[in-house]
Amino acid sequence: MNTAEPRVHPDASQTRTFQRPADPLLQVRGLRVEYRHHGSTTTAVDGIDLAVGRGEIVALVGESGSGKSTLAKSIIGLLPRAAERTAGSITLGDTDLTSAREKDLEGIRGRRIGLVPQDPGASLDPVRTIGSQLAEVFRLHPDGARRSRKAVRDDVLRLLELVGIDRPEERLRQYPHELSGGLKQRVLIAIAFSLQPDLLIADEPTSALDVTVQAKILEVFERLAGEFGTAVLFVTHDLAVATDHAARIVVMQRGRIVEDRPVADILAAPDDEYTARLLEEASPHRRPAEARTASTAEPVTVPAIEVRGLTKDFRGKGEHHRAVDDVSFGVAQGTTFSLVGESGSGKSTTARMILRLLDPTAGQILLHGEDVTTASRSRKRELWRSLQLVYQNPDSALDPRLAVSDIIGEPLLNYRVGTGAERSARVAELLEQVDLPVALAGKRPLELSGGQRQRVAIARALALGARTLVLDEALSALDVLTQAQVLALLADLQQDLGLTYLFISHDLHVVEQISTTVGVMRQGHLVETGPTAQIFGNPSSDYTRVLLASNPGHRLRARSGSRTAAAHAHTARPGLSALSAP
Amino acid sequence: MARYLVQRIGQALLVVWLAYTLVFLAVQLLPSDPVTIFLTVDSAVDQAAIDTMKSQYGYDQPLVVQYLHQLAGLFSGDFGYSLASGQSVRDRISGVAGSTVALAGSAFVTAVVIAVLLVAAATLTRSGVVRRVLVNLPPLFSAIPVFWLGLVLLELLSIRWGVMSLFPDGSFLSLAVPVLVLAIIVSAPLAQVLLKSVSHVYDQPFIDVLRAKGASRSWIFFRHALKNAAGPALTITGITVGTLFAGSVITETVFARSGLGSVVLQAVTTQDVPLVQGLVLLTATVFVVVNLVVDLLYPLLDPRILKSNGQGAPRALTA
Amino acid sequence: MTPPDASLPLIVPDTGPTAAGSPPATGAAGPSVPALRPSRRRHGPVGNPALWLTALPLTVIVAWAVAPEWFTAYSPLDGVPSENFQAPNATHLFGTDHLGRDVFSRVVFGTRQTLLTAGFAVIIGLVVGTIIGLVAATAGRAADATAMRLVDVLLAVPGFLISLVIVTAFAPGPVSLGIGVGIASIASFARVVRSEVLRVRNLDFVEASFLNGGTYRSVVVRHILPNAAGPVLALLAVDLGAAILAISGLGFLGFGAPPPTPEWGLLIAEGRQYLGSAWWLTSLPGVVIVVAVILLAALGRRLLKTFRI
Repeated sequence: MNTAEPRVHPDASQTRTFQRPADPLLQVRGLRVEYRHHGSTTTAVDGIDLAVGRGEIVALVGESGSGKSTLAKSIIGLLPRAAERTAGSITLGDTDLTSAREKDLEGIRGRRIGLVPQDPGASLDPVRTIGSQLAEVFRLHPDGARRSRKAVRDDVLRLLELVGIDRPEERLRQYPHELSGGLKQRVLIAIAFSLQPDLLIADEPTSALDVTVQAKILEVFERLAGEFGTAVLFVTHDLAVATDHAARIVVMQRGRIVEDRPVADILAAPDDEYTARLLEEASPHRRPAEARTASTAEPVTVPAIEVRGLTKDFRGKGEHHRAVDDVSFGVAQGTTFSLVGESGSGKSTTARMILRLLDPTAGQILLHGEDVTTASRSRKRELWRSLQLVYQNPDSALDPRLAVSDIIGEPLLNYRVGTGAERSARVAELLEQVDLPVALAGKRPLELSGGQRQRVAIARALALGARTLVLDEALSALDVLTQAQVLALLADLQQDLGLTYLFISHDLHVVEQISTTVGVMRQGHLVETGPTAQIFGNPSSDYTRVLLASNPGHRLRARSGSRTAAAHAHTARPGLSALSAP
Repeated sequence: MARYLVQRIGQALLVVWLAYTLVFLAVQLLPSDPVTIFLTVDSAVDQAAIDTMKSQYGYDQPLVVQYLHQLAGLFSGDFGYSLASGQSVRDRISGVAGSTVALAGSAFVTAVVIAVLLVAAATLTRSGVVRRVLVNLPPLFSAIPVFWLGLVLLELLSIRWGVMSLFPDGSFLSLAVPVLVLAIIVSAPLAQVLLKSVSHVYDQPFIDVLRAKGASRSWIFFRHALKNAAGPALTITGITVGTLFAGSVITETVFARSGLGSVVLQAVTTQDVPLVQGLVLLTATVFVVVNLVVDLLYPLLDPRILKSNGQGAPRALTA
Repeated sequence: MTPPDASLPLIVPDTGPTAAGSPPATGAAGPSVPALRPSRRRHGPVGNPALWLTALPLTVIVAWAVAPEWFTAYSPLDGVPSENFQAPNATHLFGTDHLGRDVFSRVVFGTRQTLLTAGFAVIIGLVVGTIIGLVAATAGRAADATAMRLVDVLLAVPGFLISLVIVTAFAPGPVSLGIGVGIASIASFARVVRSEVLRVRNLDFVEASFLNGGTYRSVVVRHILPNAAGPVLALLAVDLGAAILAISGLGFLGFGAPPPTPEWGLLIAEGRQYLGSAWWLTSLPGVVIVVAVILLAALGRRLLKTFRI
């Protein structure tokens, strides 16, 4: 894995002196952007000064709502209608972008500034071929002599090869829906680089991709930027990715820049308290609560969940698709078992079968020793009193029309538990358990933050005294700091109530923090299972090794390794450092 | 593709057959048979005359025979005979359909042009006021009764300004005004759907990518947005068949044009059941054929339609 | 004239071709970081000023239907022959007709006939359409296929013609008209109800409700119907407008209430004979129809915005 070794930008070693490039390519001065919405205005970007030098890779890091996307969009002139720049200027080289005419901006976009968008799935025109969308850039910027179809086609083919797309001739005639997410992002990178722009805005370019694909895409991306001397403004919420690939990191919070320094400096000693917290959460570490390991749990007790030879086939149009293939594992009571894998690996299907929302094609599911593989409808209803699910997206998991108290109280009502007064007492107790103020009881989900909504979902799952929770990507929709808070809540609840968790995730960083044991899934197979330390430290399968090597945050791990090696000698993972060396 | 084709044609035939069957059943639900209804419209007729006519038109046969006979006739293009004129329904309709088809066809083409121009102007204008006005035109168009629009135009053009005759005389205006009246009404749903799907397209990230490539607003609209948005607008083309039919009948009445309109009105006022039955089947067939063409054209606009693969794990519902 | 069918795609343009279905959703929704979201304060339907702005004039029109005598001093049926063919003026807002009857009064009194017939039609469409749509969406694949083919047939025959068929079979008159226009609007209700129920039942919170011990009944009543109601309510408003258009069109052709009962379409048809001499007889009642239908369409859009989640 080429990305295993952090890319050290030549400038990075010069550290502090380079904060303000002498002759910056991009200069943002006092930028202020406001959104108008039904008469009220909110300031998204508030007095930003930023300079990016030629060929420099700068990461713009922040949580959702920090204004990082608004800043990036202002630079390339893609602000939505509702947004307005109310102060400040943006210059590229000696061109003032804020006072330029639309016609001139059209000449600059695509030629001098490029964009790699966030969601490759919807960023290509679905009804035009790949070839025509690549050639379009050359048609939009003819630059003097009109070139023949053949010449454009040759350029396009060269571009496709440059970004590592196989069978380029064939791809030209294909439509976006015939390509995988990774391939689409390669095409988009090709489009962005086609006229070798001075500056590239990369807006969360890999956040919609699987981690192994992300690693490959970032590698291509970085190679091309280096080759063409393109400066990159890399917008990301993921500090791990930022530290691995950027030379300098700009941290944004509530529309302002709170930290703007080379990566090495930030890693060594962050100035800003908020940055320090972000770094802390992004760095690999194990919580004290995780000290309980599988070995301390008595092996004789009946596992909370046990599956044997679980298999699921989906019948499409005349074709079988085996989503889950002969999966067996057990989860001891009071522990956390994580299923990790990339999208389509069958981990969610496995979870849904355990919840008995899907019928398995073959195999057995035992909950606390009882076979529930063929449970009847009424038996399932009883089952769900102790086995509950927390969804990935709290937005859609809560009925927007109901008040929080009604949402949490719904299971109590459905099973006719207690009187009305007892039920509201129980709702208040549950709110307290998930650290939500009782004042929220009357609010509707849309009035809550993402983290609060997920807490409401957890409270609902616990309402009837569930002993086992299935957490299906339950943290993926949340910001890093919110993630950390919900993780802490989950750990506390586990300790207080003796809960068992089945944690489904693609996020290795979170999995490492929360799990007692881990199972790695790939294409329906359970590739390997084992205690967390073993999986992350000394994986036995090749796939797990690839997965770990693709996981961003190598510089963070190196940092945390050197800082904590002495204190936590027993958690050191020699296997990983061995992997890191190519 | 072949599979899709066969499936769609099969479905179209099924709908025509179902429509025929439902109409046949509906006729049986009438208080009495078509001949009795027809003959008793204004005065009492003696039973013998009714019986003779019933046997002439085959209404004395067992129902199954009637059903199969008429179904077989349908396939050979025989829609039965009009009770009022004794003429075959096919001749009765085909004699005047040409003028209606010309009216409806040119109105449809005009409507598409109006809708596309309107949506293009609304999307590309930089003026918020102009945009707001344009966006509100289709709802206005769709609220105008077609007969009223025709009458108001007649009043203005013929009576007030005298530039057009009250009755069709082959002049340009006497041809163009009815077409325009019908086109305005038909353009409303087309423009509304097109506006909505265009604005949906503009919400998608690929528009940002196009702007980032340096594409101008008109380039994005005409080369990308329009093709993406055409699909939903195309699918309601079938539904405009109904609007066109109703609109043609009324427009013909208002402008005193000959055509299907007079046949329809005559069939209804004389309670000529076989003629009405024929008209229903004819329009249903036209609708089904138009929709079939639309569905076969759709994949050319949107290549994804043929690969509608169920993505993601299907979710079983407990209920 | 726009038959009720045409209003359907304005509510759900993504229903796709009659059979082939809509194109698959583009791309898998990855973990996206939402852009800055302005605080989304939800007005209840009661506190929404824009909703009131469209609803208020509509209440006036409804009041015309309920108590027409409050709004005009003239009789709709008895005129003063000496005052015939008066152009609109201060005493006769819409002028007078050939018998000297006040046209405004005839419009006001005609509201009841038009609204009753249209309301009757829409209720037929709503009730039958909702049942068909619910069955299609919840009672399994076979029921769905059957219901949707039935809807296809209803769509295949223009609503205008369906109304005419009913009028042919039974005598012309408001009841036949209402039934005819009502049958024609079944298809659009069935399709909207079906697609809304399908959309809502695929949301996580519906499954979560089953997981929390919900029964079919409790889930449908507590979650599915309230969340699916918005677009149906919106269609109700739009369809009422379409029914008014359809009924006035058929009334114009002479298939509605017999004269001298005032009815909007009939008023225009009567005025047609005096097109040359009295423009107000056709123009002004038509303006009332246009305004009523536009307001209903606007109300539909407002309702959709307010209730759709």
